[in-house]
Amino acid sequence: MSEVRAEWPLYEVFVRGKRGLNHVHVGSLHAADDQMALRHARDVYTRRNEGVSIWVVRSAEITASSPDEKDPLFAPSGDKVYRHPTFYDIPDDVPHM
Amino acid sequence: MTAVPGVSADVDPEVVESFESTIGRHDRIEPRDWMPEGYRKTLVRQIAQHAHSEIIGMQPEGNWLTRAPSLRRKAILLAKVQDEAGHGLYLYSATETLGVSRQQLTEMLISGAQKYSSIFNYPTPSWADVGTIGWLVDGAAICNQVPLCRTSYGPYGRAMIRICKEESFHQRQGYELLMTMMRGTDEQRAMVQESVDRFWWPSLMMFGPPDADSPNTGQSMAWGIKRHTNDELRQRFVDMTVPQAEALGVTLPDPDLRWNEERQAHDFGEIDWDEFWTVVKGGGPCNAERIAHRRRAWDDGAWVREAATSFAERSGS
Repeated sequence: MSEVRAEWPLYEVFVRGKRGLNHVHVGSLHAADDQMALRHARDVYTRRNEGVSIWVVRSAEITASSPDEKDPLFAPSGDKVYRHPTFYDIPDDVPHM
Repeated sequence: MTAVPGVSADVDPEVVESFESTIGRHDRIEPRDWMPEGYRKTLVRQIAQHAHSEIIGMQPEGNWLTRAPSLRRKAILLAKVQDEAGHGLYLYSATETLGVSRQQLTEMLISGAQKYSSIFNYPTPSWADVGTIGWLVDGAAICNQVPLCRTSYGPYGRAMIRICKEESFHQRQGYELLMTMMRGTDEQRAMVQESVDRFWWPSLMMFGPPDADSPNTGQSMAWGIKRHTNDELRQRFVDMTVPQAEALGVTLPDPDLRWNEERQAHDFGEIDWDEFWTVVKGGGPCNAERIAHRRRAWDDGAWVREAATSFAERSGS
């Protein structure tokens, strides 16, 4: 037997539960190629009508923020309270606001 | 700052603090977070053992696929065994987020370096065993697994939520199978009782050693990996199962089993822990067979894995 090849690459699986919803990450799996990843995703993650559409993407292709840079990366959204509707004082008797 | 077991002095105290406070507020740890090495190791051991149990767990029931008594039962059993494979895969994925490869996991299973639940080392010589496994073994698994949906490690908890949703079908199909047999002939009723006699005690052993002999439980609970002790879950299972046995019309094979008004719980007899440890250490009726079967499937599948890889390389996917 020839030497053992590397494992099949890892894919992340995203499923759209029904029309009108976003695709949501449901887990991961190994597959030799994209088509096999789709078929495996159907068998592993949608055995009970959990989805109407599946995306698969190689895990290695995903760029993620690092937990270490949590503070600097998300800081710009933290101190801008005026982005929220509750920041503004409107009298109670003004309708439909 | 509190000392965290298994954390060397050169770790940034801020990340340790962040881990501790996440655990403290019952929030979830995610794969890219810093975590103590002991936490990672405990999770790898526990999730991998759980994954291996699902994979090996296909064998005792798979034994009956070709001999199911009706097409209906065969379709149900096929779906159930397929679910076990799916559960194993969810859990392997969760384990891989901790930095262990799928191949390593498979190799640790077939080399015996990692364990699986001792229950799957018992044989299934009777069709009633398919029902008993669904009722008692999956019932015990549900008791164990429901609290794990709130475990502190995100990927593990999410896998458990999917598994628990599906596990309920497993238990109900088993109980229904047994009810059907109990409505049958005396011979069929005797088959059910004989099967329950064999599986009752091993099912109680599924919760693991008694709390006094379970040295990792305290730390696992402090880390939010486990939410209840082995003995608590075992008691819960006994209390749930007794009325189900009555409704079914079978006797649980324990003369000491009775309601304790004071404790508001059932007392039950002493578990044979020698048997438990013998099976855990490889001396159960089917240990060698289960691993040999898994190894054969892995080896026989090698050419398929290779061929798919070659095809993918050639078609440039």
